Amino acid sequence: MSDDHDHPHHPEHHLASTYHEKLTAAVIELLAEKRVLSPAQITESIDIMDARGPSLGAKVVARAWVDPEFKKRLLADGSKACKELGIDVGSLKLVVVENTPQAHNVIVCTLCSCYPKMLLGIPPAWYKTKAYRSRTAREPRKVLREFGLEVDDKVAVRVHDSTADMRYLVLPMRPAATEGWSEEKLAELVTRDAMIGVAQANEPIAV
Amino acid sequence: MNARFSPGDRVRVREWYPPGHVRTPYYVRGKRGEIERVCGTFNNPERLAYGRADDPKMLYRVRFTQDEVWGRSERPGDTIDIEIYEHWLEPEV
Repeated sequence: MSDDHDHPHHPEHHLASTYHEKLTAAVIELLAEKRVLSPAQITESIDIMDARGPSLGAKVVARAWVDPEFKKRLLADGSKACKELGIDVGSLKLVVVENTPQAHNVIVCTLCSCYPKMLLGIPPAWYKTKAYRSRTAREPRKVLREFGLEVDDKVAVRVHDSTADMRYLVLPMRPAATEGWSEEKLAELVTRDAMIGVAQANEPIAV
Repeated sequence: MNARFSPGDRVRVREWYPPGHVRTPYYVRGKRGEIERVCGTFNNPERLAYGRADDPKMLYRVRFTQDEVWGRSERPGDTIDIEIYEHWLEPEV
């Protein structure tokens, strides 16, 4: 790599210290130097990713709460149903799992940190920790309790390990006393954690 | 590509330990479960990781009980669903 490259410097570029940080910096410089990708394209991709956040997922959940036919399509093919709302989830397939009075769902990726970024944005730091990844597979109720969520013994806990080409979104239960609410208002009750499955949707009182 | 297994079929995950980029978690190898759904055809990650998008495989979601996977559970009936490629599955005997 030459020192007279003409692309803009990322602030952390020359502070890389760990092996993988150095590798990332080297690959970015090579892609730019060999004109495979321009720095502008790399920045644009980062901006697109940064612009995504849980409000996209919340919109999907709120629609499913008010439209039973949409909910059916969403549970049958998550990727296709999201397109109806103008949300493109990319090449990975979205599987939506529904919380019911009989079953509570929670998402984890034990192998790495697969996450529905196209609907929830960048994952929280805890999602990528070894503790969350290993313990959620093995003792989900205990983990959920630590998040403040007590799952009744009458309710089955279903863990979903995101090991390959699917990405998962939990469809939380619609809170009581929200009859007649607009989709926009309902979406405000849907948190990132509720869509990962470590929380329920907020109660109306909390808004 | 035809799916060898259908939802509800009982299967066992092969207990083998090949090197390379394998997406079948260790904790589920040799365990018995049930096909939850057929996900469709995807490139085998064991070759894709080396730039070879030439080996499409049928992918399934397989549901295991926590008791089967860990020999214990926090509550009987709790489950864990995992995506597994067809070449890792055999019919339960």
